[in-house]
Amino acid sequence: MTASIDIRDAFKTFGHGTQAIQALEQANLAIRPNEFVTFVGASGCGKSTLLRMIGGLESLSRGSIAVNGQPIAGPGVDRAMVFQHYSLYPWLTVTQNIKFCRQLKAHTHDRTSADVEQAAGRADALIRLMGLSHVADAYPSQLSGGMQQRVAIARALMSRPPILLMDEPFGALDAQTREVMHDLIRHVHRMEGSTIVFVTHDVEEAIYLGQRIVLMAPRPGRIDTLYDVPLPAERHQDMKLAPEFLALKREILERIRETSGMKTDLEQLARLNAAVGADAALTTD
Amino acid sequence: MSASKRAGGGGSSLWQIRSAIDPRQYWLLALFGLVAPLVAWLVASQLDGTDKVFLPGPADVLARIWSWATDDDLAADVAISTWRVVAGWALSAAIALPLGLFIGSYRAVQALLEPLTDFVRYMPAVAFIPLVMLWVGIEEGSKVAIIFIGTFFQMVLMVAEDVRRVPLAQIEAAQTMGATRSEILEKVIVPSAKPALLDTLRVTMGWAWTYLVVAELVASNSGLGYAVLKAQRFLQTDKIFAGILLIGLIGLLIDQGFRLVHRKAFPYLAGRHR
Repeated sequence: MTASIDIRDAFKTFGHGTQAIQALEQANLAIRPNEFVTFVGASGCGKSTLLRMIGGLESLSRGSIAVNGQPIAGPGVDRAMVFQHYSLYPWLTVTQNIKFCRQLKAHTHDRTSADVEQAAGRADALIRLMGLSHVADAYPSQLSGGMQQRVAIARALMSRPPILLMDEPFGALDAQTREVMHDLIRHVHRMEGSTIVFVTHDVEEAIYLGQRIVLMAPRPGRIDTLYDVPLPAERHQDMKLAPEFLALKREILERIRETSGMKTDLEQLARLNAAVGADAALTTD
Repeated sequence: MSASKRAGGGGSSLWQIRSAIDPRQYWLLALFGLVAPLVAWLVASQLDGTDKVFLPGPADVLARIWSWATDDDLAADVAISTWRVVAGWALSAAIALPLGLFIGSYRAVQALLEPLTDFVRYMPAVAFIPLVMLWVGIEEGSKVAIIFIGTFFQMVLMVAEDVRRVPLAQIEAAQTMGATRSEILEKVIVPSAKPALLDTLRVTMGWAWTYLVVAELVASNSGLGYAVLKAQRFLQTDKIFAGILLIGLIGLLIDQGFRLVHRKAFPYLAGRHR
């Protein structure tokens, strides 16, 4: 299952009058079915806001977002979402969390015994895919952060959503766990065929995961540049050291520094350093 | 010397902030905390020049509880007082739980009711006694009403706060799975807030007991609070002590009951229960 996403002239303003903050200005983007797109940018660039707008959790101030040509109105079962943390239900076991959507009317309209069996099979398959077999009956509080995010991803995938939205899902994990999760989520993308939109502030993560990178810039939040990732569909960790990977990383980091005002900060620091160096030279003389 | 000690790290010190201690040490300290005041009381009452009316000893109070139980129907006093407290508290809970759920879930309901509740909860329950007598009468209902007034307004606000503390990500995750509003309330907000709600019920039960004496000011002729008030009239300090201790003891038992239910009902919080 997969779907396209069309974002047309999307604006988002928070607050009113003089307090109003332009969180997103005229965003235009077409995401193809089964594409893996990553949003990257400095904080305040509106990347999470845009993702939440696609998910239907934030309304649009202007413009439209369509899935497979149909304009969206609020959250829907066609767009599953994985959050950074605190989204699991602590009173349910891993298996119960993954099967949570089966309790909802939206997923049980044609409930025959075959459906129930199929759902049980689906949950088992996801538990195996995510490497959760040994903790299937544990509570979330008994799991590490990385394992908790595996559960959150499995839960989002349970209903075979055509679109998977991920809001900095690995932001709170340590570097080693993230690498494992990166390969896992790419595997999920291949197996499930869903369209994935992934928000991150980590440029390396954005390049390693994405087929296309949407670089966003702050004040006001906007889409700045689109990059095609010049890497084959099959990825492995060694590619992070490939020249084309590093070149793209340099280019994107440079652009983020330019658009976020960080560049002037860095230049100021460099001047300060130079001044300190000069002082030191004077005193040693 | 060890800098770690000064910084509050290292070692298995009892004074390390929030660190676990040996369960045996814990129970010993708890026992000491209960026994030490008792011994202090015993010693103070035995000192020369201590008037029995001013400070009766533990033995006098025990004797009074015994004679109260054998001659004066202590069981009936305990039963009626417990009934009044539980009835007032349960009535509060029956209204505060759904109301707090809506105040905590919908901003419109919050705007409509929270400022009013905030205002009323500062009004002293004791001052309502004449009004309660006027409106409810002097029957059992009036005692229940005083306890209700004392607990309800606090309880509503605490329930609303418990509901607001449900992480937004839990609610939004359900929304993206297609949950309806009633499904979110029933399958996410209520189960997520349950442990905190049980804590709120436990705390407000304690407050309900503190309103017992006030409630039994209203034309009573039975109950622990009434017994304390009557003893005051005859300067029976030992009976005042007995009444206060019995109320404390019943409160302690109920509190332990709540804690037991908490442990049994929410096994997934294993880390939190010591």
